[in-house]
Amino acid sequence: MTGSVTGWSREQMAELAAHDIPDGSYVNLGIGIPELVAKFVPEGREFIYHTENGLLGMGPSPDPKDEDHELINAGKKMVTVVSGGSFFDHATSFTMIRGGHIDVCVLGAMQVSEKGDLANWSTGGANAIPAVGGAMDLAAGVKTIFVITQHTTKSGDAKIVKNCTYPLTGPKIVSRIFTNLAVLDVTDKGLKVLKIAPGISFEELQAQTEADLIV
Amino acid sequence: MIDKRVKTVADAVADIGDGAILMIGGFGEAGSPTELIHALIDLGAKNLTVINNNTGNGEIGLAALIAHGQVKKMICSYPRSSHSKVFPELYLKGEIELELVPQGTLAERIRAGGAGIPAFYTATTVGTPLADGKEVRNFDGQDFVLEHGLKADFALIKCEAADRLGNLTYNKTARNFNPVMCTAADITIVQTHKMVALGSLDPEAIVTPNIFVDRIVEVSDPVIELQLIAAGEKYP
Repeated sequence: MTGSVTGWSREQMAELAAHDIPDGSYVNLGIGIPELVAKFVPEGREFIYHTENGLLGMGPSPDPKDEDHELINAGKKMVTVVSGGSFFDHATSFTMIRGGHIDVCVLGAMQVSEKGDLANWSTGGANAIPAVGGAMDLAAGVKTIFVITQHTTKSGDAKIVKNCTYPLTGPKIVSRIFTNLAVLDVTDKGLKVLKIAPGISFEELQAQTEADLIV
Repeated sequence: MIDKRVKTVADAVADIGDGAILMIGGFGEAGSPTELIHALIDLGAKNLTVINNNTGNGEIGLAALIAHGQVKKMICSYPRSSHSKVFPELYLKGEIELELVPQGTLAERIRAGGAGIPAFYTATTVGTPLADGKEVRNFDGQDFVLEHGLKADFALIKCEAADRLGNLTYNKTARNFNPVMCTAADITIVQTHKMVALGSLDPEAIVTPNIFVDRIVEVSDPVIELQLIAAGEKYP
């Protein structure tokens, strides 16, 4: 069945996440699918993007003629600065994150548990080079954490699990999960299904999910 | 008269000895003092401990310093990237030490070191393997991990403009760790894109006040690491 279940595209997942970010939010987007969220800001809303290497008011990728290797994002890609943007040092940037000033962070995941535990920095394997970047600071400091991820790994293993087996980025920090198959809320009673991608039944969704789902 | 200008990058780093602890500014190559690092390779100081967010790109700058076997330990948050292969290879062979520190904790440890704060508590890493063995204390119902301030013997810094006293401004996201590292080293050595006349920097716009700076050398045409790497070049 795995091969036949595709669900939403990366862009559709990003659009669903963007739709759930309130107007006026200060937002930090992780590397990968989360970066796409900036393309789908709903009409009438304004978000201000923070990138942890020292820019508040990050704009889209530059035209080739405007590329500047000293104007980059946390993924080290060249970006632009919007009107009203500002530059600052790392201590100030992480004051914004760790001091609870960023409203929403959208992160990728290797695993998310039914309790909202997130694992997204290391497999913990013997030959892995551990690299954490700013993920644990975002996990500990941002008010609302969304996760965007494929529902399963490329080999079909569950990523939405009862307990993470990879080392944690942070415990009980994720509030909402956007996958190619569903939108899930982390609640005290477990993972509640808010939306299911077209053409997929609840039973098919549950079969792709290690954690128990509730409606 | 105070004049912190030195003539060459070699003069600027000449007293960095074996076993020194170094803070090196930059996030990837943005804000990396590549010419100062290359002067340090020419100098040959060994058994260095280097504090930087990353581990360098290709075999230019910090990655070249590591490739030359001059670094015994890295303190960083993100030691791998698409252009970094020197550190991962040495690390997997057990030939270089790594202290992995979350990026915000790294910045705050440096800030604390520069501000005379020996240690502080933070929520970052609570409930993760990176908190193992560290003191945890509960404040108002929430757990926090104890982290220690970081200091260095030398800081190597890149800025956009400097005057002879060592007032500094930076360029866009090349600022990153540089200002905070200026405060936390015994000797702060700066390469500046432009040397400007005293009085020409707006006091409202100076990012690093000159008290934190010891030496300045002008490098008016710095290399662009990613261009050199794309061309297959290595240092030296």
